Amino acid sequence: MKHIATGIISAAILSIAATAASAATLDDVKARGTLKCGVNTGLAGFAAPNDKGEYSGFDVDYCRAVAAAIFNDPNKVEYTPTSAKDRFELLANGSIDLLARNSTWTLSRDSSLKFNFTGINYYDGQGFMINAKKIPGVNSALQLSGAAVCVQTGTTTELNLADYFKANNLQYNPVVFEKLEEVNAAYDSGRCDVYTTDQSGLYAIRLSLTAPDDHVVLPEIISKEPLGPLVRQGDDQWFDIVKWVGFALVDAEELGITQANVEEMKGSANPEIKRMLGGEANSKFGTDLGLTEDWVVNIVKGVGNYGEVFERNIGAGSPLKIARGLNALWTKGGIQYAPPIR
Amino acid sequence: MASVNAIKDDGDRTSLIYNPVVRGIVFQCVVFFGILALIYWFVRNTLDNLARAGRDISFGFLNERAGFDIGQALIPYSSDSTYTDALQVGLLNTLLVAAVGIVTATLVGFIVGIGRLSGNWLIRKICTVYVEVFRNIPPLLVIFFWYLGVLAILPQPRESFHLPFGSLLSNRGLSIPRPVWGEGAWLVGLAFVIAIAMTVFVARQASARQMATGQRLPVLWINLGLFVGLILLAMIVSGFPLSFDVPVLGAFQTSGGFAIGPEFLALYLSLSLYTASFIAEIVRAGIRGVGRGQSEAAHALGIRSGTTTRLVVIPQAMRIIVPPLTSQYLNLTKNSSLAIAVGYPDLVSVGGTILNKSGNSIQIVAIWMVVYLTISLLTSVFMNWFNTRVALVER
Ligand SMILES: N[C@@H](CCC(=O)N[C@@H](CS)C(=O)NCC(=O)O)C(=O)O
Repeated sequence: MKHIATGIISAAILSIAATAASAATLDDVKARGTLKCGVNTGLAGFAAPNDKGEYSGFDVDYCRAVAAAIFNDPNKVEYTPTSAKDRFELLANGSIDLLARNSTWTLSRDSSLKFNFTGINYYDGQGFMINAKKIPGVNSALQLSGAAVCVQTGTTTELNLADYFKANNLQYNPVVFEKLEEVNAAYDSGRCDVYTTDQSGLYAIRLSLTAPDDHVVLPEIISKEPLGPLVRQGDDQWFDIVKWVGFALVDAEELGITQANVEEMKGSANPEIKRMLGGEANSKFGTDLGLTEDWVVNIVKGVGNYGEVFERNIGAGSPLKIARGLNALWTKGGIQYAPPIR
Repeated sequence: MASVNAIKDDGDRTSLIYNPVVRGIVFQCVVFFGILALIYWFVRNTLDNLARAGRDISFGFLNERAGFDIGQALIPYSSDSTYTDALQVGLLNTLLVAAVGIVTATLVGFIVGIGRLSGNWLIRKICTVYVEVFRNIPPLLVIFFWYLGVLAILPQPRESFHLPFGSLLSNRGLSIPRPVWGEGAWLVGLAFVIAIAMTVFVARQASARQMATGQRLPVLWINLGLFVGLILLAMIVSGFPLSFDVPVLGAFQTSGGFAIGPEFLALYLSLSLYTASFIAEIVRAGIRGVGRGQSEAAHALGIRSGTTTRLVVIPQAMRIIVPPLTSQYLNLTKNSSLAIAVGYPDLVSVGGTILNKSGNSIQIVAIWMVVYLTISLLTSVFMNWFNTRVALVER
């Protein structure tokens, strides 16, 4: 039901508001005193509210990092839970300043939907999960002809699914829901044989099923799902800020700057580290971006570096235990690579 | 007298402001131009904001490739079809569930409504409980009840319940045999058409005869015999050109036959049973609204109780029943947009997917509104026509 409301609200905002979202997002955010961040409604490890209603997760930490860079306080974030279907409308109509919600970077979202993806914070791909107890003997997606497949609408998942089954000449019966809980409930109750979404999502969702151990993720990865934060087009300064917060997280990991040692790193003799942490004489990297010189210090103090954020939320330090894989630094065999701060 | 004159004089002396006619015109003009200005302001604002956001309000995007599949489509559809096709699939699904829902709700509603007035204590109570239960639960909960509480706990397709005629019931829905017509089937179709024509003829003859002689023919039996006889004859002559495609258990789900998904079933049952509880009350009120004297008079003339209900009470009750019935039909149609909750691909659900993919919120919301408005207006027009037919003919 919610997307009807979102659609209508957008229509209403467009017709009533004297101006839709203003061009200078940074000024709006500063004046308001909080960052409005769109996150997942609840995907373990990426963004989920705890029992006190506080959000935490891999994507949530991106919002917190941006808030830390602006306010030197990672808590100055107002979270808006967004479903797959609602998220773009909410960003387009100015309800949120930034969307950090396992969203795949695609051409049409960049062009026709008029957004800018600021980078890739998680390299993912679409996979399939089945209940090995109920359908034993299936070990490849190519054996799934005739299956009922549960999928969430408004996702690239829904589109890749259609392409994959068509390309392989397989029949399937799509069972499409609007909300994540509905897909989960339908799959869990046996309405579908297969659950498909981003692999990271499958691991997170498997944890929430009644008998997680009965379910296996099939080996096929059928798509590229580069997930990243995005902003509206038309505000280059804001685009730069959100983009460079992501780069700073990765660069900090590369240079070994952690939440624990950042204060002490400020005294480092390494010119690269010095520059990043605003210690270079008369430097104005931060101010040119619209922030302060200690913006990277604030980010790392607030949430840690990319590796720390990863391990804490979805890696070894979390129930998900996702390996770094492609998301390891480029120096460690992965493809996480950020331009230099200079 | 004096006072009347005084008032009149007063009116003559004062200015135009106090002239009711002038005032009326002025106020109407003010309201008219006010509304016009408001509309202009809305439209201008929308266009300005859209332009600023770099979006337009053309409908050209509807010809783009949809790219997503739809679980239930009454017309040929694939991910290569256009958005327009997808919207048509959604619209037909909406109309389908609304149409069968309305028929079922009407039948159940009439039975329950009449049941509430029954002389039998048990029937009366059962009907009362039915009405109170369904009328007081939000339709969304009824839908979830059917979908998650009933259909979802049915067995997996492999362990389907075997129902009569080779039908299968599982958590993937109901699969029933699908008739397959073979060569020579046109003869059966022809027999069907002839049978309809003849029943109409018989019915007319019978009522003419009753008018003239007062004798009544057993029209029902004659017509039933006509139907069965003619169609049977055609079947024999053409060598039984009918076979059934019976559903069979497949690897994942049943194949063959005609499959009705649990999403449709849940929505259809909920909308029908929910709306039926309101219709039952309308029917009860309608029947109660016919004066007792009417049936007493009929009984005094020796007309049997069943015939009295059918020929004396119901026709008069219809005058009271039909107008509120229209609202219930409209409600059912609009409530069908709750389909989204169980993933039934109706107009709103499909439109929402397109909205998300293309970002054209204004256009999609406009399409939703225009379509629902059109469906509602057409329903109203039909029901108004029907109402004039059942209305009391006054002389
Ligand atoms: N990466 C894909 C899919 C992202 C997505 O929406 N995934 C689902 C399933 S893991 C989800 O997070 N749903 C949560 C929600 O809609 O509340 C995309 O951007 O379209």
